[in-house]
Amino acid sequence: MVDLTTTYMGLTLKNPIVPSASPLSKSVSDIVRLAENGAAAVTMYSLFEEQIDMEALAQHHFLEQGSYSYAEALTYFPQTIEYNRGPEEYLDLIRQAKAAVDIPIIASLNGVTPGGWIGYARMMEQAGADAIECNVYLIPTRLDQDAAAIENIYLEVLKAVKATVKVPVAMKLSPFFSSLPNMAYRLDRAGADALVLFNRFYQPDLDIEELTVAPNLILSQSTELRLPLRWIAILYGHIKASLALTTGVHTAEDIVKAIMAGADVANVASVLLAQGVEKIPELLSGLQHWMEMHEYESVSQMKGALSQRSCPEPAAFERANYMKVLRSWSQTFLP
Amino acid sequence: MPERRIVTIDGNEAAAHIAHKTNEVIAIYPITPSSNMGEWADAWSAQGRKNIWGTVPLVVEMQSEGGAAGAVHGALQTGSLTTTFTASQGLLLMIPNMFKIAGELTSTVFHVSARTVATHALSIYGDHSDVMACRSTGWGMLCSNSVQEVMDLALIAQAATLEARVPFIHFFDGFRTSHELNKIEELADEDIRAMIDDNLVMAHRARGLTPEKPVVRGTAQNPDVFFQTREASNPYYLATPGIVQAQMDKFAQLVGRQYHLFDYYGAPDAERVIVVMGSAAEVAQATVDHLLAQGEKVGVLKVRLYRPFSVQHFIDALPSTVKIVATLDRTKEPGAAGEPLYQDVATAVVETGAAFRVIGGRYGLAGKEFTPAMCKAVFDNMAQAKPKNHFTVGIVDDVTHTSLDVDPSFNIEPANMVRALFYGLGADGTVGANHNSIRIIGTETPNSAQGFFVYDSKKSGSTTTSHLRFGPEAIHAPYLIQSANFIAIHQWVFVERYNVLPIAEKNAVFLLNSPYGPDEVWDQLPRSMQQQIIDKDLRFFVIDAYKVARDTGMGVRINTIMQTAFFAISGVLPRDEAIDKIKESIRKTYGRRGEAVVQQNFAAVDHTLSHLYEVHYPRQVTSQIERPPTVDASAPEFVQDVTAPIMAGLGELLPASMLPADGTWPSATTQWEKRNIALEIPVWDESICIQCGKCAFVCPHAAIRTKVYPAEALTDAPATFKAMDYKGRELPGMKYTVQVAPEDCTGCALCVEACPAKNKSEPRFKALNMAPQPPLRFAERDNFAYFIALPELDRTLIQPNNVKNSQMLQPLFEFSGACSGCGETPYVKLVSQLFGDRAIIANATGCSSIYGANLPTTPWSVNKEGRGPAWSNSLFEDNAEFGLGFRLTLDKQSEFAAELVQGHRDVLGDELADALLNAEQATERGIMEQRARVAAVKERLANVGEPWARQLTTVVDSLIKRSVWIIGGDGWAYDIGYGGLDHVLASGRKVNVLVLDTQVYSNTGGQSSKATPRAAVARFAAAGKPLPKKDLGAIAMSYGSIYVAQVAMGASDAQTVRAFLEAEAYPGPSLIIAYSHCIAHGINMTKGLDQQKLAVDSGAWPLYRFNPLLAEQGRNPLTLDSKAPKIPLRDYIYNETRYSALVRSDEERAEMLLGLAQADVEKRWRQYEQLATIPSTPEK
Repeated sequence: MVDLTTTYMGLTLKNPIVPSASPLSKSVSDIVRLAENGAAAVTMYSLFEEQIDMEALAQHHFLEQGSYSYAEALTYFPQTIEYNRGPEEYLDLIRQAKAAVDIPIIASLNGVTPGGWIGYARMMEQAGADAIECNVYLIPTRLDQDAAAIENIYLEVLKAVKATVKVPVAMKLSPFFSSLPNMAYRLDRAGADALVLFNRFYQPDLDIEELTVAPNLILSQSTELRLPLRWIAILYGHIKASLALTTGVHTAEDIVKAIMAGADVANVASVLLAQGVEKIPELLSGLQHWMEMHEYESVSQMKGALSQRSCPEPAAFERANYMKVLRSWSQTFLP
Repeated sequence: MPERRIVTIDGNEAAAHIAHKTNEVIAIYPITPSSNMGEWADAWSAQGRKNIWGTVPLVVEMQSEGGAAGAVHGALQTGSLTTTFTASQGLLLMIPNMFKIAGELTSTVFHVSARTVATHALSIYGDHSDVMACRSTGWGMLCSNSVQEVMDLALIAQAATLEARVPFIHFFDGFRTSHELNKIEELADEDIRAMIDDNLVMAHRARGLTPEKPVVRGTAQNPDVFFQTREASNPYYLATPGIVQAQMDKFAQLVGRQYHLFDYYGAPDAERVIVVMGSAAEVAQATVDHLLAQGEKVGVLKVRLYRPFSVQHFIDALPSTVKIVATLDRTKEPGAAGEPLYQDVATAVVETGAAFRVIGGRYGLAGKEFTPAMCKAVFDNMAQAKPKNHFTVGIVDDVTHTSLDVDPSFNIEPANMVRALFYGLGADGTVGANHNSIRIIGTETPNSAQGFFVYDSKKSGSTTTSHLRFGPEAIHAPYLIQSANFIAIHQWVFVERYNVLPIAEKNAVFLLNSPYGPDEVWDQLPRSMQQQIIDKDLRFFVIDAYKVARDTGMGVRINTIMQTAFFAISGVLPRDEAIDKIKESIRKTYGRRGEAVVQQNFAAVDHTLSHLYEVHYPRQVTSQIERPPTVDASAPEFVQDVTAPIMAGLGELLPASMLPADGTWPSATTQWEKRNIALEIPVWDESICIQCGKCAFVCPHAAIRTKVYPAEALTDAPATFKAMDYKGRELPGMKYTVQVAPEDCTGCALCVEACPAKNKSEPRFKALNMAPQPPLRFAERDNFAYFIALPELDRTLIQPNNVKNSQMLQPLFEFSGACSGCGETPYVKLVSQLFGDRAIIANATGCSSIYGANLPTTPWSVNKEGRGPAWSNSLFEDNAEFGLGFRLTLDKQSEFAAELVQGHRDVLGDELADALLNAEQATERGIMEQRARVAAVKERLANVGEPWARQLTTVVDSLIKRSVWIIGGDGWAYDIGYGGLDHVLASGRKVNVLVLDTQVYSNTGGQSSKATPRAAVARFAAAGKPLPKKDLGAIAMSYGSIYVAQVAMGASDAQTVRAFLEAEAYPGPSLIIAYSHCIAHGINMTKGLDQQKLAVDSGAWPLYRFNPLLAEQGRNPLTLDSKAPKIPLRDYIYNETRYSALVRSDEERAEMLLGLAQADVEKRWRQYEQLATIPSTPEK
């Protein structure tokens, strides 16, 4: 029997499969189903501070709209309703999930103000979250904001949240840093308990018939695994923080690759959204089967085996990889 | 002694508090101004608030007041403590049951915020005509004069009815008391418990019908016993005054406030006494105080128990010195020997031989102000040697000269009272902020506090006036502020529109929201305003509240900012303390809406003080600006003389002779009311335009129009007037223009949303784009005038069977006061375009009757020939029958005309007679030709002096095709008017019914109707409506003889046009149910069309047409015009606050109701699909 346990930011997990922040964790029953199907922990969907604020302001606006304008209709909605605005819904879910399952619950937070990051992180901890993943979902669009300013935002968020909570804190990162290793190193030094690679930013499509920008969510593919795989392989062994690989994990083999690159856990979402949470047992047995076939005893034995530090061809993660592709192409097609 | 809270509430809440504590069953139906009582009761029960017996009262919304009264009667008959709340026509609908309830000696109290009964016009404001119509029902009538009294007497009435077994109307003045905010002592549960005798409650219950001890009530009786039985109830009525007084005494012992059946206030040796009930009694008391100080021997007798009228108590309450009594009635009984109170007092005098004279007068109809000056005029009249009897006060009656002269300078406002006036727009939140201010002052200071709010009759861009009084002494002032020591103008546009400073006192504080800073503002004021500021030595402050609002994300709501500015400069509270209290209040008010809302308002408070400046103005007038006249000089005489003063807020000054005695007003007058309320207006880019007409089609205010006209007409156009070649081949060589009416547009941007033509290089631009109005105003005003003067298209040249062509027809419904972005009015306007020159419209009471005919101006318009829709409103409940009456007249008159034509062929000639009687009028040309024939008939008959000729001349117009439209909302069609609607649809007569379905009672503030869909939050359905919407269309289709269509212009404008044309063409009754997005949905009104489309795409609103003519041809009569549901219901409904609010308040229930609502949608679609695919056979 192989040992699937892994350690992720100080949490001992029974296996390396952790569903990532997604609609899969919108309700207690969903979280229970994830746990029952073998998830080792759950990263809850992200609490967006901006969305909470916008929704509160919008709802307030529409409840007030048209009020006290006309003598017969001074307002349009029952005034005594308690509108449960803010993070209560999310915090309740943490509380209920903690009561319902025995796997760790990782809360995911996207803040916009320092007060928001600190306040919501504290509330999440108090509600029972075992860890907090900071989802710094940041698309830089300003021409006057340089790289250092962006990097500082990540560091400031991390420091603020770490100073507030005692539970472990993970940083979910963008792949678009000029020097990802340096960024990872600085976050590591600043106390990050884990780095989650990478945030898969929503990418709108263009509707050329309607001449509009079309919101359109596309689920990830296995091929997208390559990007986080490379960077985890490069970072493994150089930082203290745990590593989570997210994006493109669809098969047991993908999980094997993630672990061998150096990830402590493999985050899954798209495959579960597409095929259902019943996919988890299949992934687990696939992982187990592969390990047995290849005579691996434990996940820890596999971990980082093909990282840049441990693999037989370290240069393959750098420029040489490209060269090799070119060579194979020329050998095939050149006369 | 129990601990009693000091609360700042209005009269409705005060009544509802007692009613909810002392009843088990409450049956309700919304009607202004009583709706709030039902809403409070419903909300409290939804929250689980219990009555004094520890159970939550059961609150049920009924389909009408008649229904509510029936349910109340039934619940009473089975032993429940039961109540209802109503007013005006609602109370009238209860009268049949009220006779029964009284005849059966049943204990109950109805709480009535007394309101005018509609006569020559509807009015939502207060008088006693409704309660006075109930005098013969056998109910006790107890009147409250102030908010505190409403709470006190509500309880006394409840205690008395249980003991007396006589049911009670407990009434108070609609709006003046029902909506006045006042600081009062709330009765504690212990007080209520102490007043209500449980033995009497048990006795009431024991009289309830039960099969355990069966009895029969409601028998039919014959002449032998009926009469005696009625007289057998006398002892109960004889005992009632004593019982009420005893309860008043008991109340005084418990609470400390002593009331009497008749409360006298004034000089013990008074010679002149006013007898009055309602809020006017408070005015009289304050006036008496003032006159007593001057040594006058005057007094007021407040009538509290009006029925049963105790002659002896009345006489005993008056000082023996009284020489003359003037009764004041807030009602009019034309033809009576005198108004009700007058007659009762006169009877008392006759019966007791009292030695004083009685005169009577009328005041305060439909909320007309009753001021101390008017009260003084009554006392002055009584002092005359020959006092005027049957007088009126408060108006100038120059027709029958009943009115008393009033000295406008008589003013008794105490100097130590803050009297603050605020002029705002509905949308800017002024009233809400003032509600908060009163509560802050009421709660946080020992001051008395009073707030009253006046609204104009528009639903968009409405002006609000807030009247706030605060002071160390009790406030007996239920009248508008007569002189103000604080005046705030919250909108710069009012500087031009209204003359507000005459009411300012010397040295008053004047706060102006101004886009101009302290150094520039002076020269932007009109000369007259500058003069008044100088003359009165006003302290003048400005703030650019819109800038502060923008900077703090508040949008157009400047409420918090202006409230902060008020506290900062009014001196009501120390500034820092006031700021703290405002913030506390913000947290209390908005805390449950989310921290972001609180923080945003905090930021607005903090930003206000640094943007508030005192203006140091010169001591002389410097401005070159004169206030413009209210209406253009070219307006008709009636508009100049009558409409314009009303628009300027001076309608009070119009004498009786200038007003149409029978309520008949000219149409087409909104065109003279230039409201300039749009911040932005659409600008046409003709290089992009595809001439689809969708912009004009969806415009709720007919403020953007399209016109096709001959190229040669385009001469001397203003420089910025735009035109392009018309693209349609059917009208070669014509020009085409899309034109905005810049001063009538409300800036809703629906036209831009509907515009399908995008700039190919920069798709963010369309053929219409919004741009700020002020720089465009004057040029576009000239352009619009030029556009209007261009010739209208000859209606016979086109078929109006598509959207584009329909919009080439002149709208005869324009510039109404409907909400910006209204979802109803485009349908109404379409009727006016397609059929307006021959339409006669019956309009149910509701939004459409309000924006359709609320003075000062009327949006129903006329074409160049002077033809246009003739319009009338009867009631809420009878609109279908009312419209059927139109058709009956037309059918009868056309039959009579045909008989006369047939019988007098010899005079008319066979050719004309045949043509008249067999005219084809399915087309515009056919109708035009018939009009010509009718004109020819009249010409030929002009010199025929015989009686038949005169008869024919007056009925021959009915041979021209008429289009009868019965229009109303879902509250009418689904609920209160459903029985009549059903009957009219089943009559087979040619009427067209248009249901503007907003799925909620919009006009009265969002109460649930049977059209409200499952899962939507509404008043009386605070937890989301648990049951599905009634399928009115399916019920109508079941007859098989009615044309039925369900439309949504935002989803398919083409189907909408088709349905309207088919409905009119169908030879029998037609019913169109039109999806009307509404402000009560809690949506971004600019996206109303999108919501319509989503409603259709989700299957919540399938589009269909059911045409019985198809069945005659052997085809399936039902055509589905929309596809099977293709998006989940949630994608449609959760864009709307009416649904999303439930997710925020009770997610689990929201989820459950969503599931059921989704199932409703799917089930209904399957049913429709089956119906639409059944093969049909020709009908025999």
